Amino acid sequence: MTHLSAPAPRNFFTQEGTKTSVLRLFRNRFLTGLCITLALFTLIPLFSIILLVLKNGLPLFSLSLFTQLPPPPGLEEGGFGNAIIGTALMVGIALTLSVPLGVLAAIYITEYAPTSRFAAAVRFVAKLLTGIPSIICGVFAFAVVVMTTRHFSALAGGVALAILTIPTILLTAEQALLGVPNAYREASFGLGATHFQTIFRIVLPDALPAIMTGVMLAVARAAGETAPVLFTALFSQNWIHSLMEPTASLSALIYNFASLPYAYQVKMAWSASLILVTLVTITNIAGQLLFTPKHR
Amino acid sequence: MSFINQTKLKIPYPIMNRTFLAAAVIAASATLNLGAATAINGSGATFPAPLYMRWASDFKKVDPNVTVNYQGIGSGAGVTQFTQGITDFGASDVAMKDEEILQARTSAGGRTVMIPATAGSIVLAYNVPGVQPGLKLTRAAYIGILVGDIKTWNAPEIAKANSGVNLPNLPITVVTRSDASGTTAVFTGHCAEVSSEFTAKVGSGKSVTWPVGVAGKGNDGVTALIKSTPGAIGYVEYGFAANNKLSMAQLQNKAGNFIAPSVESAATTLASIKLPANLRFFILDPKGANDYPIVTFTWLLLKAAYADAAKGAAVKAFVNYALTKGQETAPQLGYVTLPSEVVTKAQAALETVK
Amino acid sequence: MDGKSITAGSSGALREYRPRPDFFRAGCWIAAGVTVALLGFILGEIVVKAWPAIWKFGFGFLTGIQWSPNRDLYGVLPVLIGTAASSLIALLFALPLGLAIAIFLSENFLPHPIRQTIRFVVELLASIPSVVYGLWGIFLVVPLVQEYGAILAAKLGFLPVFAGPAYGNSLLTASLVLALMVLPTITAISRNALIAVPPTLREASYALGATRWETILGVILPTAAPGIVASTILGLGRAMGETMAIAMLIGNSQRLTWSLLSPSNTLSALLANQFAEAEGIQVSALMYAALLLVLMTLLVNIAGEAVLRRAQRTVVGLK
Repeated sequence: MTHLSAPAPRNFFTQEGTKTSVLRLFRNRFLTGLCITLALFTLIPLFSIILLVLKNGLPLFSLSLFTQLPPPPGLEEGGFGNAIIGTALMVGIALTLSVPLGVLAAIYITEYAPTSRFAAAVRFVAKLLTGIPSIICGVFAFAVVVMTTRHFSALAGGVALAILTIPTILLTAEQALLGVPNAYREASFGLGATHFQTIFRIVLPDALPAIMTGVMLAVARAAGETAPVLFTALFSQNWIHSLMEPTASLSALIYNFASLPYAYQVKMAWSASLILVTLVTITNIAGQLLFTPKHR
Repeated sequence: MSFINQTKLKIPYPIMNRTFLAAAVIAASATLNLGAATAINGSGATFPAPLYMRWASDFKKVDPNVTVNYQGIGSGAGVTQFTQGITDFGASDVAMKDEEILQARTSAGGRTVMIPATAGSIVLAYNVPGVQPGLKLTRAAYIGILVGDIKTWNAPEIAKANSGVNLPNLPITVVTRSDASGTTAVFTGHCAEVSSEFTAKVGSGKSVTWPVGVAGKGNDGVTALIKSTPGAIGYVEYGFAANNKLSMAQLQNKAGNFIAPSVESAATTLASIKLPANLRFFILDPKGANDYPIVTFTWLLLKAAYADAAKGAAVKAFVNYALTKGQETAPQLGYVTLPSEVVTKAQAALETVK
Repeated sequence: MDGKSITAGSSGALREYRPRPDFFRAGCWIAAGVTVALLGFILGEIVVKAWPAIWKFGFGFLTGIQWSPNRDLYGVLPVLIGTAASSLIALLFALPLGLAIAIFLSENFLPHPIRQTIRFVVELLASIPSVVYGLWGIFLVVPLVQEYGAILAAKLGFLPVFAGPAYGNSLLTASLVLALMVLPTITAISRNALIAVPPTLREASYALGATRWETILGVILPTAAPGIVASTILGLGRAMGETMAIAMLIGNSQRLTWSLLSPSNTLSALLANQFAEAEGIQVSALMYAALLLVLMTLLVNIAGEAVLRRAQRTVVGLK
């Protein structure tokens, strides 16, 4: 690299060397300006999205959005209360499946057998699972749950979302457990506790805030996903009666209504987007602020 | 000893208890049917979806114990899900093929009953700035547009039949269906009947590969695309075009006349159809002088015998409503009221459902 | 003795201690095993369902141009090209932008609060759901691309990449929105790579008289290069797997085209659109496409992780 060789001596009394210095200085300032401009440029699309979501989503905002059902095409009143409940339900099912699985697996690979080849395999597979496209989770849940139970259901949607969230929860729980100082464990063993008692009464409570952060990040992601619920839970115009029937969700509602030619349904899609983005943002921020990890 | 007691937080055990409780509640509610309501699920064609969804919400007022959930996902998907037993009733613009009926017999466990619920026409809707509704398209013109031979709006084939209309030099964007659709099947069925070039280049069926254009999902997706794209033309059910104020073309029928799509011109075509015993019939190229050329019934697919008696009764009640009071709502949304002989035959077929 | 011992219970009374199998440890082991098995289960299920199509079409599936369910012709070459093209074009836009932001966040051109705001903004971009991007794209990006695309097609239409007619729902629209979605990934990983460069290298460069940008371009970027490459590869993986926004914006056409302004399709959008209604051999064909998608994303992610690990090892060695 020619830049690293000793630069030409800057002698301002003679002309030699000043031209290159001015050029270098100019280039420096120009690149700084370019960099700042590009960085501020990212603000534009984000502001555009937020502005449009607010502008198009707020007009329809009222209590009826939460208490009424989606209207058939052509009618102009209604809400998406069932979609909000459906999203909450499916995320709840997903968490019920993935949090125990993820946390227990993380406990195994950090506490019981951290150096084993099995643990290395689990970490590797978890990283790979984070990269699986969400539509594949939906396809898999369709093949395994919908085809065997012969129903589109909230359960199938929850299973698809669980597959999506397990790797995230496993990896964050692992980081959380690794963050617990070893001194705690050693002190516990020194006082005669069994391994189980150490994990359950010392390590886990200490790591709990960081695990909760991971869970909330997973919740935020799962609530916004559409592809996994698209052909597992399908959609519904009615309130939920059971877990084994098609269920509405906010993300499926936005997808279905976005391309309708009916202006009211499109406005409902924007309002649903507003609620979804607000929910996701608050969950993300809350997860990072409320549960400050105890040890850095 | 005291160190462990100090650090023992009270959190883990209550959380465990609460989690178990939540899990138990969810497991219980999976089997529990909250409320005495019977819920029936159907899916299928987007062609009649606005009407079925309206019937579903109106029927709730008639019988609050039954909730009907209809999702328009395309005739292909509707038939598939019905034959696999995933839904309680299906809906298709092309009823079912014989193989599909056979498959339903084996996997869904029983015969299928096809009942015509309503009828409508398929129109070519367009969005050309400055051009009024009612553009006359000859057979050569609309087939040419669909196979990609005619690329701009001011082409001679279109201008010939529309003297006095100022056609702009705008490229034509054909809008088709991306999903498997009964509307596509009926529309391409007609075009294939009318033109051998169309049969060779595109073919007919629920899902075809078009040589040009963009694709939208469902009748509603196509409508939205036409509305937002200047220069677009696409095929949709009449109600979608009418309710969204799209301009519709007058199509040349077999007799050579240009007929504008409307509930009346569709009814004229339907009046000449005699339905066979299994109530499945398609008219690909009607001969009458005032017939609108692309008209179809659309069918509800029911099982001959429902394992769950409550569901069977609910389905029968809903379809009966559709065939009687529901027919009055049909023209409001752009669909054709079924002729009375058809209703009689349909109700007879409904009686065979248990 | 006989394996039993006396131990003090919590109440102080003496109890016999019998070694019991550790159920908790077994439970944890099962949980870990299930996670590993899950990946195998997913792959296995897809392969099993795709087998009829693999048997029938073989490699012709990858080179076939026609996707006609009514004629039982299935070929995904146009879709593969669409997937590759949309991802690469998205990266083309996202990489310079993401790198610029990462440099901005790792240097102190502007005060700390502004840097924190930008960082917050980028994280916010990452958390917006895909459908909302799609909705925004339909109403903002599509009309823009339609308008300017028509001009582009008119002026540069002789080039196959800009051949008209210009559609609003096209490869270009989907790629632009995809670039926005991939940006946070590239920014975050690149920033980590830039920050990890030891301060001693930076100070040495300044000591030799280099300006700030000569340092960045000549010393820091080359050192952080493996990390930046890793961020690009992982961004590519994310782009290939993205479904909803693409399905809403790309036009869903299986025709082979080289023009950016024509509708196209990607593997994930193909699945999203056609899966619910497929029957018979079409389901197998779609599962075959799903298998291709999973293999492609797995390979890209493995490569990305490998490069990232090597990048972290290189920097550690420099300290």
